[in-house]
Amino acid sequence: MTLLLDSLFNGISIGTVLLIAALGLAIVFGLMGVINMAHGELMMLGAYTTFVVQNAFRPLGDPWRDLYIFPALVAAFAVTALVGLALERGVIRFLYGRPLETLLATWGVSLILQQFVRSVNWVLALRLGAFAVLFFGGWWLLSRRADWPRLKGWVLTLLLLLSTAIAAVGGRVLAQTYALAVTQPWFGAQNKDVTAPRWLGGGIPVGNLFLPNTRLFIIALTILCILGLYFFLQRTRWGLRIRAVTQNRAMSACVGIPTQKVDALTFAIGSGLAGVAGVAVSLLGSVGPNTGQNYIVDTFMVVVVGGVGKLLGSIVAALGIGIANFVIGSGTLALIFPNVPILTDTLNFFATTSMAKVMVFALIVAFLQVRPRGLFPEKGRTVDA
Amino acid sequence: MRRPMNTENATATQNLSRDGSGPLLEVSDLRVYYGQSLIVKDLSFKIFPGQAVCLLGRNGMGKTTTLKALMGLLKDCTGKIAFEGRPINHYPPNWRARAGIGYVPQGREIFPRLTVEENLLVGLEAAPNKERIIPEFIYDLFPILRSFLKRLGGDLSGGQQQQLAIARALVAEPKLLLLDEPTEGIQPSIIIEIEEAITRIQKERGVSVLLVEQYFEFAQSLADYFYLMENGSLIMEGPTDQMDEEKVRAHLSI
Repeated sequence: MTLLLDSLFNGISIGTVLLIAALGLAIVFGLMGVINMAHGELMMLGAYTTFVVQNAFRPLGDPWRDLYIFPALVAAFAVTALVGLALERGVIRFLYGRPLETLLATWGVSLILQQFVRSVNWVLALRLGAFAVLFFGGWWLLSRRADWPRLKGWVLTLLLLLSTAIAAVGGRVLAQTYALAVTQPWFGAQNKDVTAPRWLGGGIPVGNLFLPNTRLFIIALTILCILGLYFFLQRTRWGLRIRAVTQNRAMSACVGIPTQKVDALTFAIGSGLAGVAGVAVSLLGSVGPNTGQNYIVDTFMVVVVGGVGKLLGSIVAALGIGIANFVIGSGTLALIFPNVPILTDTLNFFATTSMAKVMVFALIVAFLQVRPRGLFPEKGRTVDA
Repeated sequence: MRRPMNTENATATQNLSRDGSGPLLEVSDLRVYYGQSLIVKDLSFKIFPGQAVCLLGRNGMGKTTTLKALMGLLKDCTGKIAFEGRPINHYPPNWRARAGIGYVPQGREIFPRLTVEENLLVGLEAAPNKERIIPEFIYDLFPILRSFLKRLGGDLSGGQQQQLAIARALVAEPKLLLLDEPTEGIQPSIIIEIEEAITRIQKERGVSVLLVEQYFEFAQSLADYFYLMENGSLIMEGPTDQMDEEKVRAHLSI
């Protein structure tokens, strides 16, 4: 009995981490059909945001420093949603309906983001800021001229060169004047530690079981995100627009829905959820530029096993994969068949974290052979309608 | 004796305004390409306020392509499309919908995983400043929809989906309704209901209708004026009550 409860709780707590990481992807990949390889890096940005907010709250003293987690959630959502918005407007919207190009482009973005957090310092940040202000500001100012369409090509080339040059030179001057103070990387390549607030430190003992507070917090956060998302999609006007556009883009435009705005918003929300997942992940271990890489494959698994386009599918799949992972990895199965030596040996062979993953992936491959469209495929008339 | 129609000269008769008002929709020299091939060739026609116009023609003659171009779904077109005297060529479909063009596409294209009610609410997107309430006249036209409000659009039968698609285009009270073969694959009893509904919205609410059709009787009883299309151009036009039935039928049969 304890064994069962133990597996269940641990499985669920692994599953909820998977789920909260996959939730944003369930929207971006599941609903919009965009293969976003940079999803993990958006999580990583959320985790770094948590780190920054924690450091900002530390000097504030006692009652405040332990409450940083709540503003961190808001900040992480906002930061990653904005990055997602820029990604959609800048890259992905040109690639709708072209999955291969999307895959490559977003993979490139993920590499850029990883390197960005390694090498970002004041000089780089100010250069980027200056470039953005000069280039896009100039674009905006000049685009109001009447003869803009004729000038566009030349002016944009000129602007691009000018703003790059100004930003580069400005950064160099800055670096030489203030030296180390501005060239020191903010984060560097090393992992950073986010310390969970003290009130998340302990746990609740239930019988022989000990439920750590951080895990309970993540479970609660995941439930909250799911409920919020469900409410948003089902009960609000923008939610209805999103559901309409994901079902039939051309027809949505024909009934007057501004589809481009809907795309941008959907992608921003999916990205924002990745940021929230980043906060959760930062409570479990240290935060590094590669944090996102650890999750990207798992999150795609969750969405595919659940059935693309189905939130409920992602939920069940995440919990299922989580429980399978724990049950296999902890060797619990071997304890059930103590009298069959071959079986116990085999099961014990897989009873490590990495081998459990191998086993789970093998099971997923087998499962997808039987049900290629996942746990909850679209059924009936709606498929071809 | 009916006025003879001249197949060689498409401008033998002209669609003229009855009360001197300008056309609601005026299409001039519309050309639509699919890749390299020219599908619609220099098409020009008019629709006046309150008029029901039918675009007749066999399969593959460019009727649906014309409607899609009017709605802004096809990028490769030249020529002029003016709605209420204003060129709309460069506006996207959602802008045209908000300007007052309702579209009922071929194959209905209702949203399968939205409920009937949500399908109708989505239709209200074309009237962004209106209250988000489905107007009563919709249930008046299609009483069956009221009992289906909570069902998924994808679970309805073909005829019910067609009624829903027309209702969805009408909730925002457009000035012009584009209908692409509303009778296709639908049982006769529902065709009659649809015909009555379209006649009513035209007569009672003054909505102009552009109907694309190859089902002769349906077009004849609904439309005031017809254009006959073959291989991407118009070859005949005239008031429906002066239509030379045999000639038109000859062009419609395969």
